Order: sequence, then C-alpha cells, then structure tokens
Amino acid sequence: MSVLINKDSKVIVQGFTGGEGTFHAGQMIDYGTDIVGGVTPGKGGTEHLGKPVFNTVSDAVKEAGANTSIIFVPPPFAADAIMEAAAAGIKVIIAITEGIPTSDMVKVKEFISDKDCTLIGPNCPGVITAGEAKVGIMPAFIFTKGTVGIISKSGTLTYEAVDQITKAGLGQTTAIGIGGDPIIGTSTKDAVELFMNDPETEGIIMIGEIGGNMEAEAARWIRDNGTKPVVGFIAGETAPVGKRMGHAGAIIGGADDTAQAKKAIMRECGIHVVDSPAEIGAKMAELLK
Amino acid sequence: MNIHEYQAKNILKSYGVAIQEGKVAKSPKGAVEEAKLLTKETGTEWFVVKAQIHAGGRGKGTVKETGSHGVVLAKGIDKIEEIVKGIVGGTLVTKQTGEDGKKVNKVLIAQDVYYPGDCEPEEYYMGVLLNRETGRNVIMYSTEGGMDIETVAEETPHLIHKEEIDPKVGIQPFQARKIAFNLGLEGKAFKEMTKFVTALYNAYEGTDSSMFEINPVLKTSDSRIIAVDAKVNIDDNALYRHPDFKELRDLSEENSDEIEAGKHDLNFIKLDGNVGCMVNGAGLAMATMDIIKLSGGDPANFLDVGGAANAVTVEAGFRIILRDPNVKAILLNIFGGIVRCDRVAAGVVEAYKSIGEINIPVIVRLQGTNAVEGKELIDNSGLKVHSAITLQEAADLVEKVMK
Repeated sequence: MSVLINKDSKVIVQGFTGGEGTFHAGQMIDYGTDIVGGVTPGKGGTEHLGKPVFNTVSDAVKEAGANTSIIFVPPPFAADAIMEAAAAGIKVIIAITEGIPTSDMVKVKEFISDKDCTLIGPNCPGVITAGEAKVGIMPAFIFTKGTVGIISKSGTLTYEAVDQITKAGLGQTTAIGIGGDPIIGTSTKDAVELFMNDPETEGIIMIGEIGGNMEAEAARWIRDNGTKPVVGFIAGETAPVGKRMGHAGAIIGGADDTAQAKKAIMRECGIHVVDSPAEIGAKMAELLK
Repeated sequence: MNIHEYQAKNILKSYGVAIQEGKVAKSPKGAVEEAKLLTKETGTEWFVVKAQIHAGGRGKGTVKETGSHGVVLAKGIDKIEEIVKGIVGGTLVTKQTGEDGKKVNKVLIAQDVYYPGDCEPEEYYMGVLLNRETGRNVIMYSTEGGMDIETVAEETPHLIHKEEIDPKVGIQPFQARKIAFNLGLEGKAFKEMTKFVTALYNAYEGTDSSMFEINPVLKTSDSRIIAVDAKVNIDDNALYRHPDFKELRDLSEENSDEIEAGKHDLNFIKLDGNVGCMVNGAGLAMATMDIIKLSGGDPANFLDVGGAANAVTVEAGFRIILRDPNVKAILLNIFGGIVRCDRVAAGVVEAYKSIGEINIPVIVRLQGTNAVEGKELIDNSGLKVHSAITLQEAADLVEKVMK
C-alpha cells in the first residue's frame, strides 16, 4: 500500500520534450517510475527518451493506458494542461509549474470539481512513494522505504524533513508536496486523510507555512479522526505581516494565519508541534519508538 | 504588484467604474495648472490634494519636514500651491509606512466630492479578493466605509457582507442588486450601485488582480456612486498578459536592494535583524529565519536563491546582505537537490575572493547532493567559514557566533 502513486502507476509527462520535462523524466525513469510516454502537441508519433510522444493526453490514455500525469508546461499554458489531463480521465495530476496566474487556477478548480481526479500542486515538488515511484523533481537519494508519511507546501523544506527521517532510521511511505500557491488541488487535510487511511503509514509529518487556514482545517480533522501520531512544523514565525515571502500563498492575511496562531490550534488538536525545523526527525523517532 | 491610487483609478475608469476625477502633478506650479484643467472638466472649485505613495493611512499620516497631512482639502484654487508645497518632495509617515516614511514624488489633485446637496453623502467599503478556502472570488462590502476594515471586522463583524462569484458565469445582476439592497440604497443610488459593482468586478477579472479595495465608495449628495480611493494589487504571475501594466511599476516605491536582487533572480526581502541568510527555497528560507531567531539572533532578511544557486548568484546575495551594517553574521543554508552543493561551495570561495575581506562570521550549511564534497571544499579553502552538515549544527553555530 501507499498513497496516490505506486510501482503500478502509468505516468505521462506533459511538456515531455522541453528542458525541464526531459531532465526530470530521465530522473524519474532512473528511479523506476513507469513512464509510459509524454505529451507534446505537434510531436505525436515520435519518440523521446525511448518513450512514445502523443499529441493529446487523451491519446496517451487510450494508447498507453496512462492514469497519472506530471506537468512541466510553462505558466501561460499550464492551466490548460491540467484541464486537458482531467478531461482525458487522468486520475492523479501532479502540476510542478510555478507561476500560474491565480485567475487561471480559479477556473481550473471549478473545471475539475466534477471530474474523477486528484490534483496535486501547482507549484510543488511532486509526489514520491519511496522505493516504488517518483513523480516529481525531488532528489531521490535522500528517500528510503519506511513508515512515515510527509506532507509539505515547500520543496527544500520537504527534503529537510525527509533527510531527518531517513537519518533517524525510519524512512518514508510517501512524501507529498502539495504546493505553495493560493489555490492548490489537494489541501493539507486531504493529504492527512490519505495517510490516516494508509495501513503502511505509522506516523505523519505535516509541514506548513504562514498564510491561509489549511493547517488549522487539517488539525481539526486530526482531532476528530486521527489515529496516528502527527508531527507539525509551521515556517514563518519571524515573517513580517503582509510581506510576500516567495510563495504567493505565504502572505499573512489576518490574525488566524500567523505561524503562532496555527501552531496554537495544532497543539490544541493534539499535534506534536516542534518550534525548530531541526527537531522534526527526532520528534517523530521519539513518538514511534 | 502594487500601483498608485491615480493609476488604479484610471484602470477602474476604463472598465466603466465611476471615480472621483483627478489629475497628477509633480510640483506645486504644475498642480495649479492641473487644478485649472480639472475645474474646466468637472466644474469643481474645491480640491483634495492626495499624496501618492504605496501605503494607506495617508489622511492621518504626517509629512516629516512640514507637518502637513498626506491628504488635504483645498477650498479654492489659490490654496493649491501652498498645500502641494507641504507634501510633494516630503517624507510621509503613516501607520503603514513605518517610522522611515515614504518619499512623496507625486500628488493627485482630485475633485471635491463631498459637496452639499439633497442628502448627506454616505461612505461604504468594497473589496474584491480571493477566498482561498473555496478557490472563488468574493466581493466583500460594508456600510461602514471610510475606516479600517480590520477594525470593522473586529468590532462589528455582522456589518461585513460577502458575495461569492461563480467562476463559470461571473457576476450576475441578482448579486449586484443584493449588494445594493444590503447597503440600504434606493432610487438612483441603487441603480448606480448595481452598475458600479458589476463594472468593479469585471475590472478585477479583466486585470487579473489579486486584490481590489475601494474605501470609501461614496454616495454623493446627489446620489451618484463613485470610488474615492482605490487600492489595486495585480497578480505578478499574470503580468505577461498585460504588457501595458509594466509602466505602472514605480521603482522608487521599492527597496533598492530588493530591486537589485530581482535582477539576479534572487527573491530578497529586507528585514530589521542582525543575522543575514541565504537559502534555496522559500519554505526552507522561512524555516531558516525561524532557526536564527531560536538561536538568539534576528533575521536581517529573507533571501531565496531558488534553483539556480551558483557562483554569480551567491556573490550577488553576499554583496546585498553585506550592505546592511546591522548584519553581524551570515547563514548560508542550501539543501541540494538539483542544486549541487560542491558548486555552491565553489561559489562561496569565489565570492570571498572577489568581495575581499568579509569581516563577519559566515556559517555555511550544505546538505543533499554532493554535500560532503562541498564541505571539503569549504574546509580546505582556508577561509574563516564555519561549515555544518545538519540543520542543528548550523543552529548551534549561529548561537555560538552571536554570543
């Protein structure tokens, strides 16, 4: 068991033949991910990295049985790429692209609301199920198969947590980078729920940052439904109000979405909150002892 | 991207939103000429002189050099020159600018819209923004205009109304009517408000904005509905669709270090602390700032070098951080994924050579791809750099050098 992706996922790369798509598709193939092809409109019928290229996602579903897609399409065309994947019946759509206009994502969110699919991202490092499949851009060598599920808005901070967990001798089931934009497909709560229902996952790490109310929503869900230990960290305790900190989503809007307020709610809901990001791994090791 | 009130009003007007008319001036003499033109066009004989800076609270704010407020009523064209002299070229301090205030380069000479008439003028609040919970845009409005909406939300939350817009169809007439009814309007003002709200929402969508705040929206004494102030924030990610908005950017409103950082593709924000930091990734950068605080320092900046950490970007980052005399130490925290730590380390060594003597302690924490090779490079370089592998080691080193 694992969440979202595993060794049987049939993955296509949208934006396959571009620089980013090419580099990361190669890395994913090296990890053992079953990349069944890619989509680049106009290059259908050719081959790239030894895999077939399709003109449309729909062709990739019909001809290669694709059920998962990773998107490296540039921002002006990325919303369209997500909707194409959803319309073609792709079940798990992972959008890596950073810089998609929020107004485009408002439309995407509406478009996919009645489709049978899960969107991860955009502006995320992707998803990896350790030892089975990598559908993302994370450095594979820091992961090791284990029992901890990891959820994070940010790329390198996810790697930090993964590395600590690996060095603590625990390893990961799946790590999900949910993305840092104002509108994302899968919320912290959605991701927590996936891990709570996954028999292989014994502990969950939830890493958030200032802005929005996703961590509070997840915390309340955990209070009412949680069955496994959860370690939490919120980045941005020292961030000043109203300054944009790299991630478009990380703007402190009101009193409830500061790091302090989020941590307080998480603690009330029984989450093991660490103040220092250097303590994430040790805390989880202590809880799973 | 933030823009000035006069720019925001021009955009609103182009979408059919009724506004308080005005003209921009850069000098007292120029202001008089603009005021004359404004009288010709609108008939107004009284004017409001408004400092144009990217911050709120201008009316209550004070110009350091002259003691003038940032928004002043001129009861006659003969008063304009003197009033503008007290504002333009000065430094306006408001509760949003901080103590340093902001230099005023331009003033807006606006028509006076609080003229007497059949009924008392009334002020409302209206904002358009994204509801992140639902992923939909919302029109937020209140009868309590002209004051801080945060205060209204705290003291009288029942007076704030929200109308969510369905992205499939956009704003509908029944929604505009509901808003006008909830604001207690009737007759001519009711009709004007429905037009105002519809045009305002369409302007928000059409410009790919991330926030509109019109405070106050005014019902004049002859029942017209107009925007008296306008705060508009445009989504940076959508600017490629609006090439004409490029010229609206006012670099004088931005921190010069932040502008230079942008040229090197660095995401830099100046803060007030004493420990500088340079990190790859926004989330890890914020976490690093938190670590600095926990270790007894205060972060002097946020700096995300992104996925392109190399010798050139590292050197640029160092130079920008070192400009701040308050900085007593620097923490470089890189988690190498695609970024290779040995390349970053080489960049640090090169930056040291080309900048010359760096007299404050530098802590370099390299982890991930080729971290060991990177640490060796640093350790063998002979530079007075503290190197660390784990985040905890880096935190301990910050604590040590800050003692």
